[in-house]
Amino acid sequence: MKAIDRREFLKLAGIGGVVFASGLGSMAFAADKKAGMEDFFFVQLSDTHWGFDGAKANPDARGTLQKAVAAVNSLQKQPDFIVFTGDLTQTTDDPQERRKRLGEFKEIISQLKVKNIRFMPGEHDASLDNGAAFKEFFGDTHYTFNHKGINFIVLDNVSDPTASVGEAQLLWLGTVLKKFDTNDRIVIFTHRPLFDLYPQWDWATRDGAKVMDMLMPYRNVTIFYGHIHQEHHHVTAHIPHHAAKSLIFPLPAPGSVPKRAPVLWDPAMPYKGLGFRGIAAEKAKKEFAITEYPVIKG
Amino acid sequence: MKKKNAWSWLTLVFLAALLGVWCTSVMADQPTQVVKMTAKRYEYTPNEITLKKGTPVILEITALDRLHGFNCPDLGLRADLTQGTPATIRFTPQKTGRFPFHCDIFCGDGHEEMAGAIIVTE
Repeated sequence: MKAIDRREFLKLAGIGGVVFASGLGSMAFAADKKAGMEDFFFVQLSDTHWGFDGAKANPDARGTLQKAVAAVNSLQKQPDFIVFTGDLTQTTDDPQERRKRLGEFKEIISQLKVKNIRFMPGEHDASLDNGAAFKEFFGDTHYTFNHKGINFIVLDNVSDPTASVGEAQLLWLGTVLKKFDTNDRIVIFTHRPLFDLYPQWDWATRDGAKVMDMLMPYRNVTIFYGHIHQEHHHVTAHIPHHAAKSLIFPLPAPGSVPKRAPVLWDPAMPYKGLGFRGIAAEKAKKEFAITEYPVIKG
Repeated sequence: MKKKNAWSWLTLVFLAALLGVWCTSVMADQPTQVVKMTAKRYEYTPNEITLKKGTPVILEITALDRLHGFNCPDLGLRADLTQGTPATIRFTPQKTGRFPFHCDIFCGDGHEEMAGAIIVTE
């Protein structure tokens, strides 16, 4: 695939939006067209909560995911892969119902044109059964893969209902990281924030600081996550964290209101605050360009 | 001069010891407020607790139906609540204000609503 420049990339991607440059350095697009180097992009969707029922928050809870699938399919250029960062389904106490929802979710997203799809659980999918049902449908809850020179690590901070990664997974992470050079590009996908975004609303990971300590020696780490149902950007030292919008209902900004509760549906602005994002990996610049897309074109 | 300094130091140490004994005695006389709470899906009862700054408190929280968590980050209070076994949290609030607490062990569909507040007054 030939290298593309930023303007051409955005045109190819279709719907415009606010573009956020993640990582250090300027927003200047790579002029370096060394042989063999190529840019690519992937799409992040999060917090689809299939099975949620609450008309005041989303009267189209049974249709929003399908619209998101259609929106991703309508991108002029399809992503190399798609990642869902957890809370695929709404929690239920009933193990059968949990599996029904996971199955329905899987069926709906099977309509995506791109078949290279990565999954991880959220607490709604996995905290009540330590991820047992999730694993039946989607496999491992933590794993790694490499795509065009970038190392992707999926961390599970939800199968343990105390919102911990846990010692066993931390050991595993250590063995994974040992294989990388400190300048290698690493992307972390996870569900909950790995820093204390707002612990008063349970927006944290109990042993997130341990994860961050392990990542600190690596100079090119970027974290993408979900859980908080809104776009949010934060930097810990040199490591950026990017939270994604949900595809069910937005949540208020941290601490902006007394209670963490869904932002109610506005019929005058349907699907407001819901969306997905495209993330462009610019190999020559070692930074990501993030484009936020609405569920429905405005 | 050296002898005078030595006596001054001894006097200071003696006065400090007296002060320590007095403080301990005052604290020992402070009544400890015991607040009993329960936790079950998806509520704490009571879910609002009013305390006085400087008064020692014991929170005794019993989970009625399953494992829950109690987390009040602004006051640095945290405990696992095992079903049927009261968890005890001892502290003396040092600042006034409203300090939210919540369940931090995922417990089901209403988990995000399982919350309350500690209110500390002068």
